[in-house]
Amino acid sequence: MTEQITGAQALIRALELENVDTIFGLPGGCILPAYDPLLDSHIRHILVRHEQGAGHMAEGYAHVTGRPGVALVTSGPAATNMVTPLCDAYMDSIPMICITGQVPTSAIGTDAFQECDTVGITRSVTKHNELIMSADEIPLIVRQAFHIATTGRPGPVLIDVPKDCLQNMMTWYWPTDEEVLESLPGYKPNTKGHSRMIKEAARLILDSKQPVLYVGGGVLKARAADALRELAELINTPVVTTLMARGAFPDSHPLCLGMPGMHGNATAITAMQKSDLLINLGARFDDRITGKVSTFAPDAKIIHVDIDPAEQGKVRRPDVPIVGDCRLVIEELVKTIKEMLANGDAQTDISAWKSRVSGWQEQFPLFYSPSEPGEALKPQFCLEKLHELAPAGTILCSGVGQHQMFSSQFWKFEEPYTWVNSGGLGTMGFSIPAAIGAKVARPDRTVWAVDGDGCFQMTAQELVTASVERIPIKVAIMNNSYLGMVRQWQEMFYDERYSEVYLSPELPDFVKWAEAMGCVGIRVESPEEVEPAIALANSINDRSVVVEFRVDAGEKVFPMVPAGFGNDDVLLHPNQNDRREFLR
Amino acid sequence: MSMTPNTTSMPSHHILSVLVQNRAGVLARVSSLFARRGYNIFSLAVAPTEDPDFSRITIVVDVESAPLEQIVKQLFKLIDVVKISELDPRRSVERELMMATVRVASEDRGQVVELANIFEGKILAVGTEAITVSLDGSPDKLDDFEELLRGYGIVELQRTGRVALPKLDKEARTRSHKNGKAS
Repeated sequence: MTEQITGAQALIRALELENVDTIFGLPGGCILPAYDPLLDSHIRHILVRHEQGAGHMAEGYAHVTGRPGVALVTSGPAATNMVTPLCDAYMDSIPMICITGQVPTSAIGTDAFQECDTVGITRSVTKHNELIMSADEIPLIVRQAFHIATTGRPGPVLIDVPKDCLQNMMTWYWPTDEEVLESLPGYKPNTKGHSRMIKEAARLILDSKQPVLYVGGGVLKARAADALRELAELINTPVVTTLMARGAFPDSHPLCLGMPGMHGNATAITAMQKSDLLINLGARFDDRITGKVSTFAPDAKIIHVDIDPAEQGKVRRPDVPIVGDCRLVIEELVKTIKEMLANGDAQTDISAWKSRVSGWQEQFPLFYSPSEPGEALKPQFCLEKLHELAPAGTILCSGVGQHQMFSSQFWKFEEPYTWVNSGGLGTMGFSIPAAIGAKVARPDRTVWAVDGDGCFQMTAQELVTASVERIPIKVAIMNNSYLGMVRQWQEMFYDERYSEVYLSPELPDFVKWAEAMGCVGIRVESPEEVEPAIALANSINDRSVVVEFRVDAGEKVFPMVPAGFGNDDVLLHPNQNDRREFLR
Repeated sequence: MSMTPNTTSMPSHHILSVLVQNRAGVLARVSSLFARRGYNIFSLAVAPTEDPDFSRITIVVDVESAPLEQIVKQLFKLIDVVKISELDPRRSVERELMMATVRVASEDRGQVVELANIFEGKILAVGTEAITVSLDGSPDKLDDFEELLRGYGIVELQRTGRVALPKLDKEARTRSHKNGKAS
């Protein structure tokens, strides 16, 4: 059977065969041929207003499904607009496929109209990228891209397709799994942990007096939340969930200590500092977690489970490195510990440690001073109310800054894949497009995007996409009329010298802007308006809703480990400072 | 490449022999990884292997800029990298080629020719005021030759960077990473 089709038809057919149901994109000159066969495909195309939006939507889609999000854009400026989402996906290990148009092969290198060196520009922000040079290559390269994006440590893969490769005829074929693997002799991700290392880890766990499970995004990528819970309960050990792992372990679980790190809670931070064994599952000792590395968890032995061997020893040398998929390794670890216990081994008594940890929890709950009547709204209060009134299963997306930290702190995450944010790259403007992508993937769920007034102004135009494509999301803008996190740093570390952080409370008019984009706009200025506004927003499901909360500009995120300091130097909320000695 | 340091003492550099798929852009991937991660390269040589589907890149890396282990692991993450062998300079054979144009008056030319003969080098070109010689051999030998030529006045000098393969005696030890790669 030798069916002759165009490269463009081959591309769309290949995406269909990879079970793509949605593409986020925006057409242009070089990618035009691919948009024609798309008309005949069952794949849903969502036409964005800016290519960056397509990229973050693809990320949001991937965050909540685990399946790769797909973005399709043209060459040149469209490709450069994709650099931010690609880098964001790379930093947070999000599976994503980005297809860019390119000038015809004969024009490559001539500075043609809308030409740029896309593979060169995106080389360091993708797990892999390929420039197609002939229509015949399309099916294999698409299959390779999906394989690479979704296996091992997930990440973004970019395919750059010159226009003539889309227009030329090719003989259709579909490579088998074996052919794909054979074509990638250098790519063999190791998923199964080394059994001797797992035994050593089990031994360390049973002997530890002060263990902490340090859980990162790798647990979510590996769909390992259930396995994690079994392990945590088996060894009765406290769990901290990093920013990328919120939801991997229920916040309501008695073993859950919440988020550690720069804006983590004092208990999670201190438990790691005082621990004698950190069981790192799919986290990478990010600088926002460790603070000053030389003073981080000085007495802790380290078990490090990570599918990426390059993470082992990159920041902190593990005593027991285990390269593998978190779910497979945790399951094996549970089995090994159970066998050891059945054979008469006993776990060291950790009750003293646990009561010390609960002591910290009692002394240092997350805290903010509620506003007195007549005072400005507190963003933390808005977050608490948003969570309280959210329908079951609500997915929370966030931008980057103070509102992101308040979200992670004051929302209680009970199930995996309900938290979508930009952790590694810290991309302002992430939340609205990511929320749209999440809602497309999970139309059955309520999706709230918490945004700052600074973030909102970076990507708000995608609410037009949401309105036109009938993707109803809900947006909560924490409008403090500042670039809040920068303002906080200037207040604390630059002697209150505020430089270029004031945005203005009145401009833009967020309600009018929301209405202009086809959304319902609501403004909230006082505490008693908060609940009714959220309830109203939750009741509207036929269009997107934007609720602008006018919040206290002076509010700061606490606790805080200042950049360059160790975690022992965590700054507590001023009202908790008198209890500092309890952290010893 | 005249900066290529001596390799006989305890090495502060290491040789990586990297087998890659022979595809467009693979050298750019390797070199941009080094740039991106802040690793230093002393020298780099690349050419196809006996199998035209694969190329071998011989990289001499500065292990003081980053731990060798990290460099190897990060290189492995490149999809086109198939195999990496760390060659201990003491347990491998290394070769490098050098060409040098030396300023020398015709009456002294004989001394340079003699020097080239002693080192088993070649005379490539002769001019009235200069002579171009070449030498291939171990990097140490090239260092010595270069040092001696310096006394005459080097006009231009080009070294290729080394290529290396493991020694074939029983102690030959290459730490080979083939199947442990992920991501």
